[in-house]
Amino acid sequence: MALEVKIYQKENNIKIGRLIKDSLSDIYTSRFLAKQLAVRDIKAQYRQSFLGVFWAFITPLTTAFVWIFLNETGTIQLTDTGVPYPVYAFSGTLLWSIIVESINSPTSNTNAAKGILSKINFPKEALVISGIYKLLFNSAIKIVLLVVFVFFYGVGFHTSLFLFPLTIIGAILFGTTIGLFITPIGMLYNDISKIITIGLGLLMYVTPVVYVMPKEGIMRTIMQYNPFTPLLVTTRDFVTGATPEYVSYFLILVLACIPLFFLGLIFYRISIPILVERMSA
Amino acid sequence: MKKDNDILVEVEGLSKKFCKDLKTSLWYGLKDLTSNVFGNSQERTLREKEFWAVKDINFTLRRGECLGLIGHNGAGKSTLLKILNGLIKPDEGKVTIRGKVGALIELGAGFNPILTGRENIYNNGAVLGFTRNEIDAKVEEIIDFAEIREFIDMPVQNYSSGMNVRLGFAVAAQMEPDVLIIDEVLAVGDLGFILKCFKTIDEILPNTAIVFVSHSMPMVSRMCTQIILLENGVSNFQGENVSKGIDLYYQRFANNESNVVFDDGSLKLIESKLVDSINNQKITELNWGDDLKLNFKFNYNKPIDLPLFNIIIMDKEQRPVALLERNDTLSNVKKSNNEMEFYVTHKNIQLSKGIYSISLAVLKAENLEPLLRVNDIINFQILHELESWQPFLLKTIYES
Repeated sequence: MALEVKIYQKENNIKIGRLIKDSLSDIYTSRFLAKQLAVRDIKAQYRQSFLGVFWAFITPLTTAFVWIFLNETGTIQLTDTGVPYPVYAFSGTLLWSIIVESINSPTSNTNAAKGILSKINFPKEALVISGIYKLLFNSAIKIVLLVVFVFFYGVGFHTSLFLFPLTIIGAILFGTTIGLFITPIGMLYNDISKIITIGLGLLMYVTPVVYVMPKEGIMRTIMQYNPFTPLLVTTRDFVTGATPEYVSYFLILVLACIPLFFLGLIFYRISIPILVERMSA
Repeated sequence: MKKDNDILVEVEGLSKKFCKDLKTSLWYGLKDLTSNVFGNSQERTLREKEFWAVKDINFTLRRGECLGLIGHNGAGKSTLLKILNGLIKPDEGKVTIRGKVGALIELGAGFNPILTGRENIYNNGAVLGFTRNEIDAKVEEIIDFAEIREFIDMPVQNYSSGMNVRLGFAVAAQMEPDVLIIDEVLAVGDLGFILKCFKTIDEILPNTAIVFVSHSMPMVSRMCTQIILLENGVSNFQGENVSKGIDLYYQRFANNESNVVFDDGSLKLIESKLVDSINNQKITELNWGDDLKLNFKFNYNKPIDLPLFNIIIMDKEQRPVALLERNDTLSNVKKSNNEMEFYVTHKNIQLSKGIYSISLAVLKAENLEPLLRVNDIINFQILHELESWQPFLLKTIYES
């Protein structure tokens, strides 16, 4: 059997095709590692916790609860959403939390693996893929809870509910792609993660998360261009059985994310040695 | 087919620079990220606040060979290992590695403290590149090798550091690498375990090219077939003469100052020397088989009885290797004017080639109460053509 030859030198191969091929083959060979890392983190997370999976949805639940409370008590006047407000608010905050978690996932996974990154050479893609596994696991719990909400508030079953997990996957893809481009810089400067936290906090208010898009005005324009809008609106429309308004924007977004995801993966892949050097120096 | 003379590791003109300042380092990191995307083809020169951590290293390593990397702390050994392992990229030069690379740099990578030992075997195994089936097949063997079957279902956070290392090594020992990179990881286990580790390494050595970093020179001389002595990132000595490299390493730490460890004030060592030795500037030398003849001169304020002298020969690692027979109280020691002087001779010294030092303890004759203890009073080097890592080379006669 011919021995595998590895060459390490300063120059990078920047042929995209070759890099994507290497990246994909590493994803394939490290499939067990990715799964194992995800299983490890999920197990560890729940074993050392009394409330367990409760923590997966506590954040969106409290945010939704605050808005439901403000609305029900008449503290604020929100435009009618067309569906029971708790379902509207919870589906919004829940999907928002999935997107936020996806954006942060590559950075937090890479940070958590700092120790082994500077000691052992393993396919780095496994960190990204294990992050996606963890996102899918956490999202599945949230989806179950949302479905409970849907039936509890009498929204009822619509066949479009079957499409809803697909939009969740779209949201995870979108978030992870952004996360991949941010991670290399975010690993160097921790300003980045702070900016992201604040930025997403603000962005939530120009996205129809807990209130509907106004009929006119500057807010409508911002929301219409905001790429987070189609993700939220389409998902919610699938849940409530409404006619999806933004489905073409949604499809364009997801289709654009697929090549960008691979580009991000390559950027991540070739950046890791530089990050390892700076973090262990 | 594995050929014996496969060149598995080839390093050409390898250099790596680091930055001394964190802020600047991060800024350069950002710039490097950008140039990295465009292929990184421009020349790398030292930027402000940078230095060469590794400069112009060249070597080749074949199957069955072991390269020892030695040098003081911060000489660039670990940086070099990281480049060989593909963790960081060189700034100049090229590394070509053929075959599967295994690294014993950190044992137990990927362990999660609250999971059990058994679960962590899978975590660690996955990080090292095993598949689930491979681990399933080997898990019992791993548990037995680590000798922690009783505790295998306990969270590893309750393991001692030694148990952690045992488990980590047991997993790593299942690798069948073509190239093995070993950093100082085996120091934590107990003696039995260290012996076991080296037995494993000895077993895989013939089929592997090993790069071995250690501060333990006996280990280096035992395992390595070639050596690189790194100093400030530069190769100071390189070649197959392992002992020469080790001698140079020790010379860097040669300590020619004696130190008084204990003194009750009753007598003072004023002179000590090696008689009939070859003197060069650095260190006194003695041929193997010569007589070791020492001269000591003490003075004292109050008259004292003749004490006992413990003369200890230490090797370069500060391990006592020999004790010279003590005097008896009737020995022929000249005493006059509050001074005493004597010669001690050991005939035909049979210490093996290397650097040694002499320490002295003076004891009261009647109750062995210590009066004076001085370390490193004399340093000397034994010359012989044979390299050996055992402390003695004993004279023999072979007959039939």
